[in-house]
Amino acid sequence: MTAPAALALRAVHKRFGGTVALDGASCEIRSGTVHALLGENGAGKTTLMRIAFGLEQPDSGSIERNGHVVHFSSGRAAIAAGLGMVHQHFMLVPAFTVAENAALGAQGGFNPTAAAARVTEIAKRTGLVIDPHARVADLPVGAQQRAELVRALARDARVLILDEPTAVLTPGESEELYRWMRRFAEEGGTIVLITHKLREALTVADDVTVLRRGRTVLAAPKAEVDESQLVAAIMGNEAIVETAALPAAAADADVIFALDAVTWHDDDGVVRLRETSLTVRRGEILGVLGVEGSGQSALLRLLAGRIAPTSGRATYPARVGFVPADRLHEAVIPAMTATENLVLANASMLSGTIAWAARAEDAARVIEQFEVRASGPSAALSTLSGGNQQKFVVGREREVAPSAIVAEHPTRGLDVRASARVLATLRAVAESGQGAAVVCSTDLDEVLALTQRIVVCFAGTVTEIAPPTDPGDRSVYARALLGVSA
Amino acid sequence: MLAFWHGAFGSAFAFWSATLVRATPLLYVGLAVALAFRAGVMNIGAEGQLILGAIGASIVALRLGSAPTVIVVPLMLLGGMLGGALWAGLAAWLRKRFGVLEVISTIMLNFVALALISWMVRGPLQEPTRVYPMSATFAVGAHWPFVIPGQRLHIGFVVALLAAGILWFILARTAVGFRIRAIGAGARAAQSAGGVDAATLSARVFVWSGALAGLAGASEVGGVTWALYEGLSPGYGYTAIAVALLARLDPRWVIVTAIFFGALEAGGASMQREAGVPAVAVQIITATVLLTVLAVARWREHVTRQRVTDGL
Repeated sequence: MTAPAALALRAVHKRFGGTVALDGASCEIRSGTVHALLGENGAGKTTLMRIAFGLEQPDSGSIERNGHVVHFSSGRAAIAAGLGMVHQHFMLVPAFTVAENAALGAQGGFNPTAAAARVTEIAKRTGLVIDPHARVADLPVGAQQRAELVRALARDARVLILDEPTAVLTPGESEELYRWMRRFAEEGGTIVLITHKLREALTVADDVTVLRRGRTVLAAPKAEVDESQLVAAIMGNEAIVETAALPAAAADADVIFALDAVTWHDDDGVVRLRETSLTVRRGEILGVLGVEGSGQSALLRLLAGRIAPTSGRATYPARVGFVPADRLHEAVIPAMTATENLVLANASMLSGTIAWAARAEDAARVIEQFEVRASGPSAALSTLSGGNQQKFVVGREREVAPSAIVAEHPTRGLDVRASARVLATLRAVAESGQGAAVVCSTDLDEVLALTQRIVVCFAGTVTEIAPPTDPGDRSVYARALLGVSA
Repeated sequence: MLAFWHGAFGSAFAFWSATLVRATPLLYVGLAVALAFRAGVMNIGAEGQLILGAIGASIVALRLGSAPTVIVVPLMLLGGMLGGALWAGLAAWLRKRFGVLEVISTIMLNFVALALISWMVRGPLQEPTRVYPMSATFAVGAHWPFVIPGQRLHIGFVVALLAAGILWFILARTAVGFRIRAIGAGARAAQSAGGVDAATLSARVFVWSGALAGLAGASEVGGVTWALYEGLSPGYGYTAIAVALLARLDPRWVIVTAIFFGALEAGGASMQREAGVPAVAVQIITATVLLTVLAVARWREHVTRQRVTDGL
């Protein structure tokens, strides 16, 4: 065998409440390499690395550093072992200078001159361009990221974990960061690059590990894998159960949802969705694919009537059920009971007194019908597992709007059984012939099993993808989704 | 301790005329704070709203005091509500228009209210001789009737009990009450899943909370002092926060906690008089009780959550 891995995680399991985040994930990072950790949103990449960095404790599994088993009880312990992590959201004190931030958390007294000298020395040695005296709040995002890197290096980090570092960078800044990463690795450092961008991994990494649903599905040197293998690993390539995806409806079926040249700007005036036209007819399910921030969030809310188009026209039924991705903040009030959360869906339309006893019976019915595991209608939603909360939400929305439902990542974080139950409920909306559903997911298998009508969002543009002639060929979807030009 | 008991519960007079009389304003402001907190509105300006309520009711009493009680008292209640609502409405408007946090605006407005009443009793509402910083004593028509002959407890207490009952019913049983609880417990979900206009509703609740606090002022001038004074409230509006939190924001329990705090006030005063114990000792007791109750509540919450996570 060659030298021991700089960092290795073996068979790591981690649950958060009722959600399985990691289900036996492993990852071995060779010293002196850039290692890309790939996977879709929610695949468990960040959780795995938070465990490596001591911010979370695994339920089971082990961590090795240079061949020795280690336990990091905190980030401090991991730092002492030569690890550094740059989070997606920077952990800098905005009012402090770069040098002050770098000195933060170090032992001993603070000497401004020495701290600045140290930053300058690190910057020079590793080729980072940064002014030690600049206040972090005044720096552009790219420079803030360099300040984070400097801070990690000031604590003698030899293994740097970067969580989606280019998500906030311009293409030019990203290129610069890639060059810096290569240089750091060539000088003996080790980098773990958490990313969902395929092209990024192929550009910069020596090795890749792919996680999917909390498991390691591929681990290999980059030279031994090609793009299509990575796509297959990221998106999942299990044989599809032929439950026959719903076909497109006949062209004369009633239109349930329609967008006509719709553009939507967010509050800051940023265009999130541009010039989008589409129709969804009775009996159809529209599958929406898109990585975070591609415009699918706006698309779904426009279809559900939750936001109004900046220009163009959106048509939708009077009542549309909506299952948002952020369940605990947008769909339910965790501190309230199941009954209250059921009534919540009609909150703005009620007047006078509420017959709570009758509503409790309704809640009991929803709980039973949609197989929600709860102690009863008076159980607070916070006492339910994530999967059961979601079954309840989907059931509720089906109750209030039986003919139109829009769901955003409805199976994220759910186990197989709960996912199947949720998808069956959504499917029933269209299959019953009453109405139509729109389902957004990042899991291609899931969407392909549900429907043949699929649109892909990328950078605010929505493209309908015709079913490929070979049903096994899914590269067309994956390419559109990841922004890889065909 | 005996002196404490004497002053608070020791005799019929102590209970009816000291404890409950002091509990009355606490009940109004406690309800005001409970209502606001239930909707997620951090109204800590009940003190200022109480003062404005007292001014509002005093204006009515001074103008119409010679009219029959059945006419004057309802108008004083209305005047109190308007005064408090106006003061809370100012903070609500600041929040809606400029995004000023109500925690800051309401506490600042408390001081403005103090300055305002200080000016009122030396200026436009000063008694005719222009000697004392107070208003003229109200005409008999504006003296709130006593509940029991020979006791100082006035109908303000009965109205407060009524208010507690109505508030409980609204929050627990009605659609608007449900919306209020929903925006307090989860504003984003209430908006997204329930289509509730949280900003407008919380502004309305804010104003109603101010109106309730204003009633405390009306009840003090109409039922106790029969004139407008500067030092009308020994900080009822601040104690209100403790009253509401101790009741876990439930209007029914506010009745209990308001009487409890009323007893502490009454007992404290008597302790000072009879046993020479500084009233500060009562404040220590109050703080200890409050901290204990909050700690226990927190601990119970923690245990429940632990059980939930373990059960999964």
